[in-house]
Amino acid sequence: MRNIRRGAFASAVAWGLAVTTLTMSMVFVQSTAVAAEPTSAVNTTGLAVTDTEVTVGQLHSATGTMAISETGSIQAERLAIDQINAAGGVLGRKIKIIQEDGASDWPTFAEKAKKLLVSDKVATVFGCWTSASRKAVLPVFEKENGLLYYPTFYEGLEQSKNVIYTGQEATQQILAGLDWLVKEKKAKTFFLIGSDYIWPRTSNKIARKHIENVLKGTVVGEEYYPLGHTQFGSLINKIKLKKPDAIYAIVVGGSNVSFYKQLKAAGVTSDKQTLLTISVTEDELLGIGGENVAGFYAAMKYFQSLDNENNKKFVKAFKAKYGEKAVIGDVTQAGYLGPWLWKAAVEKAKSFDVDKVVAASPGIELKTAPEGYVKVHANHHLWSKLRIGQVQTSGQFKVLYQSELIEPNPFPKGYQ
Amino acid sequence: MTSMSDLFSIFVMQGFNGLSAFCVLLLMALGLAIIFGQMGVINMAHGEFLTIGAYTTYLLSEVSQRWAPWMNKSYFLLSIVLSFFVAGAVGFAIEYLMIRRLYKRPLDTLLATWGLSLCMQQMFRSVFGPKEVSATLPDWLMGSVQPKAGIDIPINGLVVMALTVVLTSVVFLGLYRSRVGVWVRATMQNRVMANACGIDTRKVDRLTFSLGCGLAGVAGAAFTTIGSTGPTSGSMYIVDTFLVVVFGGAQSLIGTIAAAFGIAQTQATAEFFLTGSTAKVITLCSVILILMIRPQGLFATRVRR
Repeated sequence: MRNIRRGAFASAVAWGLAVTTLTMSMVFVQSTAVAAEPTSAVNTTGLAVTDTEVTVGQLHSATGTMAISETGSIQAERLAIDQINAAGGVLGRKIKIIQEDGASDWPTFAEKAKKLLVSDKVATVFGCWTSASRKAVLPVFEKENGLLYYPTFYEGLEQSKNVIYTGQEATQQILAGLDWLVKEKKAKTFFLIGSDYIWPRTSNKIARKHIENVLKGTVVGEEYYPLGHTQFGSLINKIKLKKPDAIYAIVVGGSNVSFYKQLKAAGVTSDKQTLLTISVTEDELLGIGGENVAGFYAAMKYFQSLDNENNKKFVKAFKAKYGEKAVIGDVTQAGYLGPWLWKAAVEKAKSFDVDKVVAASPGIELKTAPEGYVKVHANHHLWSKLRIGQVQTSGQFKVLYQSELIEPNPFPKGYQ
Repeated sequence: MTSMSDLFSIFVMQGFNGLSAFCVLLLMALGLAIIFGQMGVINMAHGEFLTIGAYTTYLLSEVSQRWAPWMNKSYFLLSIVLSFFVAGAVGFAIEYLMIRRLYKRPLDTLLATWGLSLCMQQMFRSVFGPKEVSATLPDWLMGSVQPKAGIDIPINGLVVMALTVVLTSVVFLGLYRSRVGVWVRATMQNRVMANACGIDTRKVDRLTFSLGCGLAGVAGAAFTTIGSTGPTSGSMYIVDTFLVVVFGGAQSLIGTIAAAFGIAQTQATAEFFLTGSTAKVITLCSVILILMIRPQGLFATRVRR
């Protein structure tokens, strides 16, 4: 989703290399448990599966600009895999991770994906964050017939046999949120703002169609700013001139912080202005500071403050592993779902073969998901709920609303 | 409907916005105007010195939150001063270890400092974590003043503005009205001759480079009020910074000021009447056009080579 500026040479940095080498050399304790099924039966395509172990790949940016966002996903996936191993592994085999660093550079992602699939023969890969990195590895996964679990909410308009999308596609995240604005906040006029690249533009396009055609509201402004833009004074004045009932914001990265700090300084605060965003999670609030955005709303499928038993266990385990101050955003939770969904699909297929796992995936349910309950759709996206959270000064969200389960619809008719 | 008084308010705020953008640009370019403009070192790591300032502010904010609550309201002023010295000290060390070996190969500084910036970014990431952090800013800094109903003038904008005026004046007086300034300019214009006149050019280099880095640190501290603090935050400013210095004409402080003003006004006005991305395109196109006509920049000092 997000862009980068200077990741190109990041992999050359000694620090980054050191970190990667360290993590790569981490080998999980070998299990002595005897596999339930003979390896020849559960692995007919030559994947890296032994009687005691199955190797999977993890492909995120641990260095470079995107490390800021992808770290949460790396942590959540590792937590899930640790928990699965502690509970006996998958088909009696412990999961071994080979972690590769995409280094915030899209060609590097493609190269590492190829390495994982061709040399390491991993059974599946958990990885990618930005759409750009996903698009870069997609041809590799399709050619080598690999399997990728992709955790980020994204713009939709994609469906591949070789990818399971555990985040929300655009319509799942957008439509219910706008409906809520109209119903609860009586919003009639909207100002759409985004960073200038594919995800905000596609999302705002869907939002505009929904506002104009379904909700019969008016879009009074639609503005895009380059990634990394730091001056929002003119935009804020335009907002003041147009006086929209609601601002719909999809600003990302460092710009996000500038945008909200300057909004606050210009006196546009939640007591005077309604603002709904789909690009601010608990992770972003660390950088913006909860006190600078308190009262604004975000539409996500998951908030750390969700009050249910699954989530309480998840948050507790996450903090136990990564420290009391760790926060969990929407994508982090979606990352956590990946290994569990894969485990369920493998067990249903009784095989690690990619084709069989893919065939078994639609209909897989996860009742233990921190977000509540998810189910894999035939189109490889998840059925999920949408929640509206209100930012608190503590940097957490107060959940105000949740929708019914929403069917994923990556190619929405009438919204393109 | 929008009334006349509303339009007037917007006009006033937009005017302030243009000035504030000008000050931000000038503040971030000031350090580079010295390092690149005067010394000719293409310092790609300039953004990372801004980041040092931002992290210094963050650390001080944490300290004041935890151990010195009495400082909560005032730590920000202290952090500006501290940032100057921290970034200046790091600059001093880097000049000694790396830059001084490269004065005779100015183009190589591009690559060396680019590498340096990557190292520094990864260092920030390892020390402070890859996620962005946020200094808790005192309330008085994040509000706005209302001279008239409907007009909000952001206080952080005023602070940045005041800081810019003070620093620019100090740098200006220092460079053009003091003895040290004469040494600095002499060294940059003709190193051999300056040496022959008894100026310790080694010392002047070290001093100038540290000063430039220190100024970047101050800018970084000030920008925590309007921007993000993360390992790569500084890199967001680097393009604009070079743009301002090159456009103004290297070696000319007046040029830097004029360039910052021109770019900020074009950008802010275009942003208001058009859209953000279009404004950026228009600004960059105008800069390219003017640089084609005047390759030496807006103001160029005549130097006999």
